[in-house]
Amino acid sequence: MKRFIGFITKEFYHIFRDRRSLFILFGMPIVQILLFGFAITNEINNVDIAILDHSKDASTKEIINKISASKYFSIKQLIEREADIEGVFKKGKVKAVLNFEKDFSKNLIKDHQATIQIITDATDPNTANTISNYVNSILQNYQQEQNKAINIDYVIVPEPRMVYNPELKSVYMFVPGVMTIILMLVSAMMTSISITREKELGTMEILLVSPIKPFQVIIGKVFPYIFLSIINAIVIVVMSIFIFKMPVQGSLLLLGLESVLFIVSALALGILISTISATQQTAMMISLMGLMLPVILLSGFIFPISSMPVPLQIISNAIPAKWFIIILKGIMLKGVGIQFLWKETLILLGMTVFFIGLSVKKYKIRLE
Amino acid sequence: MGITVSNISKSYKDVKALQKISFEVKPNELFGLIGPDGAGKTTLFRILTTLLIANEGHATVAGFDVLDDFKEIRKHVGYMPGKFSLYQDLTIEENLEFFATIFGTTIEENYELIKDIYVQIEPFKDRRAGKLSGGMKQKLALSCALIHKPKVLFLDEPTTGVDPVSRKEFWEMLKRLQQKGITILVSTPYMDEAALCDRIALIQDGEILQIDSPENIVKQYPKTIYDVSANNMYQLINSLKAYQHQHSVYPFGEFVHYTDKRTDFNPKDLKQYLEAQQLSNIRIEKTQATIEDSFMELAK
Repeated sequence: MKRFIGFITKEFYHIFRDRRSLFILFGMPIVQILLFGFAITNEINNVDIAILDHSKDASTKEIINKISASKYFSIKQLIEREADIEGVFKKGKVKAVLNFEKDFSKNLIKDHQATIQIITDATDPNTANTISNYVNSILQNYQQEQNKAINIDYVIVPEPRMVYNPELKSVYMFVPGVMTIILMLVSAMMTSISITREKELGTMEILLVSPIKPFQVIIGKVFPYIFLSIINAIVIVVMSIFIFKMPVQGSLLLLGLESVLFIVSALALGILISTISATQQTAMMISLMGLMLPVILLSGFIFPISSMPVPLQIISNAIPAKWFIIILKGIMLKGVGIQFLWKETLILLGMTVFFIGLSVKKYKIRLE
Repeated sequence: MGITVSNISKSYKDVKALQKISFEVKPNELFGLIGPDGAGKTTLFRILTTLLIANEGHATVAGFDVLDDFKEIRKHVGYMPGKFSLYQDLTIEENLEFFATIFGTTIEENYELIKDIYVQIEPFKDRRAGKLSGGMKQKLALSCALIHKPKVLFLDEPTTGVDPVSRKEFWEMLKRLQQKGITILVSTPYMDEAALCDRIALIQDGEILQIDSPENIVKQYPKTIYDVSANNMYQLINSLKAYQHQHSVYPFGEFVHYTDKRTDFNPKDLKQYLEAQQLSNIRIEKTQATIEDSFMELAK
């Protein structure tokens, strides 16, 4: 036990004396959560659009009014000719152009049909998609109002309701993702670096030629990072509750326990990485490429898993982060308990046990 | 409780690092492994400290087999690797305390053993190890290797990169440690340090050339060595090497160590030859062979 405490004390000296690792540990989580929370967002607000109105009649005026009244769009420019459309896009002044056909009102009354062309700048496909959806819903709304006046026999009225995140705040989506990334980064990368540092500096050689046992070295290495990762998780949750008004509907205790489980699985991965890399550089590269990228791309954090090609969907199952994000969203947004998350928890637990077993097996008791 | 090595071989891919090495270090002996870089000294140390497994052969350290009882060996030996391998971001005191703790002891318990060495660096105990000079690093590393009172001490090139004064002090310390009953295996590329060991093994290209006490090795030198000097060192070496009767020519400080093939060699002949090569101030004197001469002769 004294041996163990001595080892952990040494680890804390290493961490607190290295400014770079201190920054990664505590600066990064705060910077990332603020960045993702404030700067990176899927929502659209005050998007500049242009109007090309060939009719200029009552109906088009009403629609244009409705659009400009919404907080999503602001009408930047009115253009007169089709030929100008290309120009305004190229200048980058607007993200979309609404093109009302000639005799809009007349067509609407006579043929019960009139066309608006929605042209969006799809260099940013997500925004283009969102814009077109928003315009659509405004038009639908207008149509419904019109239909009230005229009597139609039957009509389907869609009433969309977004549950768990009614305001569609993207921060609700990012917080679980960022929390996952940070816990992964701190736990896996920092442990793998700290173990490979011992190899690189030759101190591992002395540790091996001592009575300290391999599992004591591993636990001694991992323990400080479990502790620091838990602090990080708390910082992230507190920040998201107070700065971004992120709700935590479910049990905080369950959230904590699941986080510890994920932290342990990431640490086990870190140990595994350290057993296959000889230098700190390699360990860092493997952690970044082998862990961070899949976490960002394949965990469903940014890109929905259901829209991935089947092979990637299958691969995504092997990524612990995917399950952790499902758990986090479940607890934070839906407020569900373990009875709904036991499957994900079990998968995560299984992976953790597997990684620990593998890294203990791969841990070398000699230099070769 | 010494060290026995029998028929140890080790290769890395296609490099043969050690080839059928056998020797014995008696309990309480100060044994030196002398050889140039790449001779296989570090590989041998790593096998004996259980860090590597030999391809062939057996070895025991303090009575324990390096393969079967490696855990016991790890408790009872002190190891100082060739590269400085302490925590650079920890202070002198923290390093020492850490190693004391992982060996399940305290600085106080074995202070007596390291006192001579540690008092020299104690005034700087709050300085980080990375900021120490070569000599101080080496003293700290030795203190850390000794803190658990090992039975056998392995020192891999402990004096490489250390100034001459510290080197001398270091060897004096080793002698004192030996008196305290510790078996010491030390390697060095410096031939002058070899004379300070009880016995030495000359090693080159993974093979042992000779094992004996330094005095005996020097005594067994087969030839008579002459110190030769002249006004122009460079020309002197070239002329000697071109001399038809030369057996060996090695620069040695301000002299050239020369041996002749003939048994009835007369220095006057050589002097005449050198004078004919336009050299002046020629001096030729008999001298004692050194370990270096023996090594060169054996490595020929």
